Amino acid sequence: MKTSDKQPAAQQPYKSWKELPHVPVSYPQLGSIGATGEWRTFKPEINAEACNKCGMCYLYCPDGVISYKEGTLPEIDYMFCKGCGICASICPKKAIEMVKEKE
Amino acid sequence: MMKTEQEKENILIMSGNYAAAWGAKCSNVNVISAYPITPQTTVVEKLSDFVDNKELDAKYIRVESEHSVMAALVGSSMTGARSFSATSGQGLLYMAEMLHWVSSSRLPIVTTIASRGIAPPWNIWADYTDILSIRDCGWIIQFASTHQEIFDSILMAYKIAENPEVSLPYFVVYSGFSQSHTSKPVSIPEQQRINKFLPILPEDGWGHLNLNPDKPVTFGNLVMPEQEYLDFRFMIHDSMVKSKKNIHDTINLFNQSFGRDYGGLVEKYMCDDAEVILISYGGLAEQSKDAVDKLRDQGNKVGLFKLRYIRPFPNEELIELFNSGIKVIGVVDQGTAFGNPTGGPISTEVMSLLNHTKNRIDVLPCIWGIGGRNVSVDDQIGLFEKLLYIKNNNEYPTDETCQHGTVWMGLKTGI
Repeated sequence: MKTSDKQPAAQQPYKSWKELPHVPVSYPQLGSIGATGEWRTFKPEINAEACNKCGMCYLYCPDGVISYKEGTLPEIDYMFCKGCGICASICPKKAIEMVKEKE
Repeated sequence: MMKTEQEKENILIMSGNYAAAWGAKCSNVNVISAYPITPQTTVVEKLSDFVDNKELDAKYIRVESEHSVMAALVGSSMTGARSFSATSGQGLLYMAEMLHWVSSSRLPIVTTIASRGIAPPWNIWADYTDILSIRDCGWIIQFASTHQEIFDSILMAYKIAENPEVSLPYFVVYSGFSQSHTSKPVSIPEQQRINKFLPILPEDGWGHLNLNPDKPVTFGNLVMPEQEYLDFRFMIHDSMVKSKKNIHDTINLFNQSFGRDYGGLVEKYMCDDAEVILISYGGLAEQSKDAVDKLRDQGNKVGLFKLRYIRPFPNEELIELFNSGIKVIGVVDQGTAFGNPTGGPISTEVMSLLNHTKNRIDVLPCIWGIGGRNVSVDDQIGLFEKLLYIKNNNEYPTDETCQHGTVWMGLKTGI
């Protein structure tokens, strides 16, 4: 699921504890502090020819912005990718290059 | 009660630890995470055998510490898997942070504790200071004082904990070595009958929290002071107090299903006409029945009031006891709470309810069996004699084992 897929919006403030569920849970929705991809200095770019479609980048991405289905090329959601580089570091085929963003 | 052919039970001779392992096996647990610690180790070793022999279809996760044990179970339980572990002493204390994660996530994990003394100096023998040190972390705490009760309690524990109204984790506690490593007969009902008793695991996990990669959620995020943090804390306490009804219902259903009646949150022994009552818990409380029998033979109106649960605390039962006409109570801890009003955690809690009665009741707190120090039936009779002395002479005993208002049974006083 992409982070941009809509989920229920935050609840209105509760008036009574009797209305509360056992635990607070939040659903993925557009980040409340905006498009965090703007923080990025280096942009991960996937080399489609070198990629073996193993999905390691998808598993390791700490922001969950890489979508992947088995046997297909992973896709990066640049709206929210902060450019940490973990995908490039973990890629067994060195198929992800961190490219400096331009001004 | 006559049992039909189908109701026949398999009676096996086993240690208290094996009774715990059998309890987990017969509860069809899905995930076990474990780290060895004396005197609990043979629980998880036996479960490892069960898994290895394919007698139990469960995932067995070995980790590097007790903190990780409970972290692993937080993850497994969040997916709706029935999760189990066992620990003791230092291991339980090392788990402490994750214990709060479990209760505050409202996860129905069941863990057995073979209680032991806390180091230093090292001590591995019966002493409930481990469980009593973490008594306020939102877990239901039940003492099992016989081997059969250890086994039976685990089945009931999942039934109570997984009830959506309760949704709280559950400790079944028994003493190290004196229970964990002694062997006694344990009746194991047929698995089909156990399966009928056990709760049905929901297919989509717990209603309030279910980790599923197809429906991502974030749990455990920051809640600001003016948001509902306080309210969620209250709800844990509220559910704990209200779980008493569910505990009673489950004990009744267990009795109907298997013909063993555990009574309730407390067990009363010869309390009806008693003037002097000993309040205690755990294995040594079971032994107190022998002391009561001997004193009754001599015409003394004494009784035993055994706390089976300390979380939730049996307020109503204790207040009823205080209003029943008793004159003197002794409250015994097999554990320490340094610097608290009595030195023992449960005696302090029992005494906190005395303002609910207008009767005058004398109370003598006692601490016994620390670090596995032997407490014989004669020692227990000696304590009852102190209570009878208070009733007959209207004054407290002054021997040197009585320090700061509490009897420290067996304290070396050089006499």
